[in-house]
Amino acid sequence: MGEVHTWAGVLFGWLLYFMFVTGTAGYLDTEIDRWMRPELPVAQYPRPRADAAGKALDYLQAQAPAALRWSIQLPVDRNEPYLRVGWLPRAGGAAQSVWLDAQTGAPIAVRDTAGGQLLYQMHWRLHYLPPLAAEWLVAVASMALLLALLTGIVVHRRFFADFFTLRLGKGQRSWLDAHNLAAVASLPFQLMISYSGLVFVMFSFMPLIASAWYGAAPGAARAFYADLFAPMAAAAPSGQRAASADIAPLLADARQRWAGAEAALLEIAHPGDAQARVSVIGNFAAGAVRSAGILVYDGASGALLAERPAWQSAPRAARDLLLGLHEGLFGARLLRALYVFSGLLGCAMIATGMLLWSAKRRERAQRSPAGLSRGQALVERLHVAAILGLPIAIAAYFWANRLLPPGMAQRAQWELHLLFAVWLALFVHAALTPARRAWRQQARLAALAFGALPLLNAIATDRHLVHSLRAGDWVMGGFDLSALALGLAFALWAWRLQRRTP
Amino acid sequence: MPLRFADARRRRATAARLLAGGLGGYALAQLLPVALVVPWGLARADAVLVAMQLSFMVYAAALMAAFAARSARRACAGMALALLASAALAWAAL
Repeated sequence: MGEVHTWAGVLFGWLLYFMFVTGTAGYLDTEIDRWMRPELPVAQYPRPRADAAGKALDYLQAQAPAALRWSIQLPVDRNEPYLRVGWLPRAGGAAQSVWLDAQTGAPIAVRDTAGGQLLYQMHWRLHYLPPLAAEWLVAVASMALLLALLTGIVVHRRFFADFFTLRLGKGQRSWLDAHNLAAVASLPFQLMISYSGLVFVMFSFMPLIASAWYGAAPGAARAFYADLFAPMAAAAPSGQRAASADIAPLLADARQRWAGAEAALLEIAHPGDAQARVSVIGNFAAGAVRSAGILVYDGASGALLAERPAWQSAPRAARDLLLGLHEGLFGARLLRALYVFSGLLGCAMIATGMLLWSAKRRERAQRSPAGLSRGQALVERLHVAAILGLPIAIAAYFWANRLLPPGMAQRAQWELHLLFAVWLALFVHAALTPARRAWRQQARLAALAFGALPLLNAIATDRHLVHSLRAGDWVMGGFDLSALALGLAFALWAWRLQRRTP
Repeated sequence: MPLRFADARRRRATAARLLAGGLGGYALAQLLPVALVVPWGLARADAVLVAMQLSFMVYAAALMAAFAARSARRACAGMALALLASAALAWAAL
């Protein structure tokens, strides 16, 4: 069991650490989004739905009357703080997206950025990999994490006694204590996050189960998805124009059917056509069970055509609950803070586990004449870039957001390329530098990269920290303060490393 | 070189356990839940959802069992038996 625990951790440690760091940042995705789009004003939500929807429809009617689909995200809560419209051009090409001022309906020009969303999506998309390969890799790593957690519980004999043990500055012993403390303190979260993570990818990872009921013929998977996500009152466009039904009565009807709960998202298929369809969708983040009611209206007459309640069946609700718990979108401030803290403990658990493995190898090597093998020595060095290099690379992503020229083609993609380029460079640096020196240097770099972010923000935008605090802009100011705190934490780390090495 | 011989044997045993737990467990994770869920008589899509959500518990338990078994031989034999039994159960239920 101990051996399984070690190898599950060692083989998947870097990947799991990457998933935990970017996933933890994902609990603050909309806050990061906002910092990376400083052009946006302080969010005001919730706004009166009908008013915001009307403004959005006016804009879409003027800018994209011939689009295949429109979507309107209403400003409802922390997860969706702004009025945003999107459309799919009839001529083909990528979906378009524009932020609107919810009061005036005027578009807000924002920079092209990958934002908090792509940083968060990285934890299962792994960015450069094709989707199916990424899903499988993530599934296997999550399974390894679940196995490591369970075997960890089995091999850890003094479960509660060790919880109060932390011997600092004692090499291998300290890493073991820290590893145990981080894991035991956050164990329920870690079990929940690994299991629910697996539920996210279960359609790809356990496909044979569906074929037990749907058969193994080529179209069988599609039949399963059609049962699961049945299309509602879909219709082909008629080609005849028709006046659109007013949106306000539809929203009022939805509110009445949902016992006062409000719409969060509107989707309009072939707008302006006699067969237009208006889907009014509730808020998926209203509770821990990640589901929402959907009402589909005739876009011309306003008649209700189809309805899907938030609760469909216990098996679906069980899946929605696991997905909802994983994402934590329903959490208010305190719960969100707990999510972030538990995520950080997960990062610490994985990092200390990897360091513990290296420390053990080194200790063993000192007792044997052969010494540390070349592979082990290299892994020991590369751990520096895996553990400290990743946060530096994420800081570089934020720097790129402020420094890349605004009109640059593929700007958002370049932010992401820079993240990975910086990380790669740090791996090269770590490979060429003795481990102790590399730890010190990268810790200093991390301190600088995060600590100077508020300064960069002050130079590159007019929304500096003092301005944010004065204006009560807690999202913008909170990001700057968090960057300062992270910079300080890395500086402390660097200082400790400095003191230990004469 | 008795040490190297013992080393190779241990490695082979670990590989056998990994195969039994990793591959056998993966197959079991897709068979046993099907066998367990079919008798409930749920709607098709719901039955798939329940079985899929249970599958990871089965997989984790199978992996743990493969490494906890007293010997690699027992791990392989136990997994083969569990697979056969679940396959028979699933076939009978479907």
